[in-house]
Amino acid sequence: MTASAPAAHLAQLNVATLRHPLDDPRTTPFTEMLAPVNAAADGTPGFVWRLVEEGTGDATGLRPAGEDVIVNLSVWESREALWDFTYRSGHLEVLRRRREWFHRHVEAHLVLWWIPAGQLPTVGEALERLAHLRAHGPSPRAFTFASFCTAAEAAPSSRPEPAAGAAAVQTG
Amino acid sequence: MKDIDSIAVLQDPVRRRLYEYVVAQGREVGRNEAAEAAGVARTLAAHHLDKLTEAGLLECGSRRLTGRSGPGAGRPAKVYTRARAERSVSLPARDYRTAAELLAEAAEQAGLDAGLCAAARRRGEALRGSAEPCGGLEEAMEVLAARGYEPYVAGAEATGDVQAAEGAGVTATAAARVVRMRNCPFHAVAERFPPLVCGMNLALLEGLFGTDGPVRARMDARPGECCVVVESSKNNID
Repeated sequence: MTASAPAAHLAQLNVATLRHPLDDPRTTPFTEMLAPVNAAADGTPGFVWRLVEEGTGDATGLRPAGEDVIVNLSVWESREALWDFTYRSGHLEVLRRRREWFHRHVEAHLVLWWIPAGQLPTVGEALERLAHLRAHGPSPRAFTFASFCTAAEAAPSSRPEPAAGAAAVQTG
Repeated sequence: MKDIDSIAVLQDPVRRRLYEYVVAQGREVGRNEAAEAAGVARTLAAHHLDKLTEAGLLECGSRRLTGRSGPGAGRPAKVYTRARAERSVSLPARDYRTAAELLAEAAEQAGLDAGLCAAARRRGEALRGSAEPCGGLEEAMEVLAARGYEPYVAGAEATGDVQAAEGAGVTATAAARVVRMRNCPFHAVAERFPPLVCGMNLALLEGLFGTDGPVRARMDARPGECCVVVESSKNNID
């Protein structure tokens, strides 16, 4: 843990391509879990922000990456906070059953990047980070849990060149 | 220290008792408490606890056990917990972990969750053999302990307050009791591929206990523990 880290927050975007429409009975188990899981996220220590469509409780109605692609964009204080919510909370049950509701992505479907604390990412910026990860592999600009960069590593001062040789292992 | 040397430190029976006691508590343990549990003098326990720490099997910290602080609170006491690092020895040398990680990576990329879970469920059923579905939480605890899960009883309502529930475990009402597990036997691969491996783990336990018997396994992940809880089926029929 670096003591000088609080100036940066961790942004995450993931995309998921629906097998069936959101109002299809086959997707109902997923939509039923949305409210409790989102409420759990909001109450998780280290949670900062998540994208919500105006007048609703979540972002599933926004389709910036395609008609059948739902997006999840959020900001966290640390890797640990995001990891524990993603994989060590009720959210894990959603992930466990993900193949029932979503197509498998051949390309990366999750991207992480650091932002200055106090700022919020835009959907456009988030999609650009995902495109960067898909095109160039993990780098301090766009990475995954498996290819994680610390805020210090991603800071412009300690980044001489884009990491051209970064390992292309994508497990997220 | 090499794994084989660390593990060899446990050959001493007093050390072994101290180690097993500290591990079983799932919390920080002071020298007095450990000495009492192992039935040895405090100074001897302290000596062995520090040997275990040097060997990398325990971690040592300091805590004011009385809860007081400031002048007059006394010196902080040494407390011990299990070290996070894994130790293993295989003779001859085997490397199942690399094999597991590669297979998991391939399964993840190919989206083989359903096939993996089906195999895990079959394995759980095969391990149960011709036995009836698991008859109750006590039996489930034994099965889980034998497989290395380190089960303990907790109250179902004790979200974020596991310690309190643990203390009250024995007296907790039957309806509120669930079995949680301190140890994930698949930890290294579960950390790398959580949904895939945790799903596999749940399916294995479902097969092991049976899905229509008196107990059921369900996913309820928490930081630092196994992702599954086991509870009486009747808890959830209402």
